Amino acid sequence: MKRFSVRIEVKLKPEVLDPQGKAVRNALRGLGFDRVADARVGKLVELAVEGESRGEVEKEAGEMCRRLLSNPVIEDFSVKAEEE
Amino acid sequence: MANFGVLLFPGSNCESDCRHAIREILNQPCDLVWHEETSLDGIQCVVIPGGFSYGDYLRAGAISRFSPVMGAVDELAGRGTPVIGICNGFQILVEAGLLPGAFTHNSSLRFVCRWTSVRVESTETPFTHLLRKGEVLRLPVANAQGNFVLPPQGDDRSRKIVFRYCEEDGAVTAAANPSGAEDNIAAIAGRGGNVLGMMPHPERGFESLLGSQDGKRMFECAVSWIESRGRAV
Repeated sequence: MKRFSVRIEVKLKPEVLDPQGKAVRNALRGLGFDRVADARVGKLVELAVEGESRGEVEKEAGEMCRRLLSNPVIEDFSVKAEEE
Repeated sequence: MANFGVLLFPGSNCESDCRHAIREILNQPCDLVWHEETSLDGIQCVVIPGGFSYGDYLRAGAISRFSPVMGAVDELAGRGTPVIGICNGFQILVEAGLLPGAFTHNSSLRFVCRWTSVRVESTETPFTHLLRKGEVLRLPVANAQGNFVLPPQGDDRSRKIVFRYCEEDGAVTAAANPSGAEDNIAAIAGRGGNVLGMMPHPERGFESLLGSQDGKRMFECAVSWIESRGRAV
């Protein structure tokens, strides 16, 4: 068994309004960063997972995203595993 | 008579209010049911109360939906038993797939705690069958993630809407919407209409002392629905 670190990003779908991102954008602009046109806020989940191969681990992490870590109605996810 | 069961998850905080309203004001039997129970035998109406189950970690309701008791809720829901999820209870039902949609943060980014008016859009549920379509109820909301989103592919969407936020005269306006919820949706029904999710708190509208008795009327609907069904069987 090898050990992998898995990085999972969960983001609101582009068409879903992100009030948090909007507030961050406005706060940044309020600080004078007026070239910030938009901001979106998501979640980062890091897992330590044992497995045989990167593909197998990523497949399982995708299943975790579909069942728990993301809500497919409003969120997209991406998965990236690296051997430690 | 109807046997009510109020579910209790770690982090629920409206279960005592619900039980008080049902036992002391509605005068119906009501038990608290710990979320690790696997059976809801004898329960004729399931209440999933508000609160912050599992601290709203990940997404509100995302962890609670895997509690053992939710298997029994799914089974009862399939048999037509009335199930009502209030606030966090609504979020749990959505995460469990018993109701369509999802929740995001309120568009104001604030925790909103205030009275709302809601217009009755459907009387085809156990909790609204004695109300009049179009009438306006007064009930309070208290949530941070009440911004309801329907799935994009949702067909026949209006059928499931039970309450919409409105002005006191029943006009559905953006100003009357406390959370930014899609189509001003305050409550929807799923499965055979027997599963209801609502963001306003009916248990906080049970006594004139509290400013409204409209929540009590909803639970009277449920009792009458259960009693008449019992006779029919």
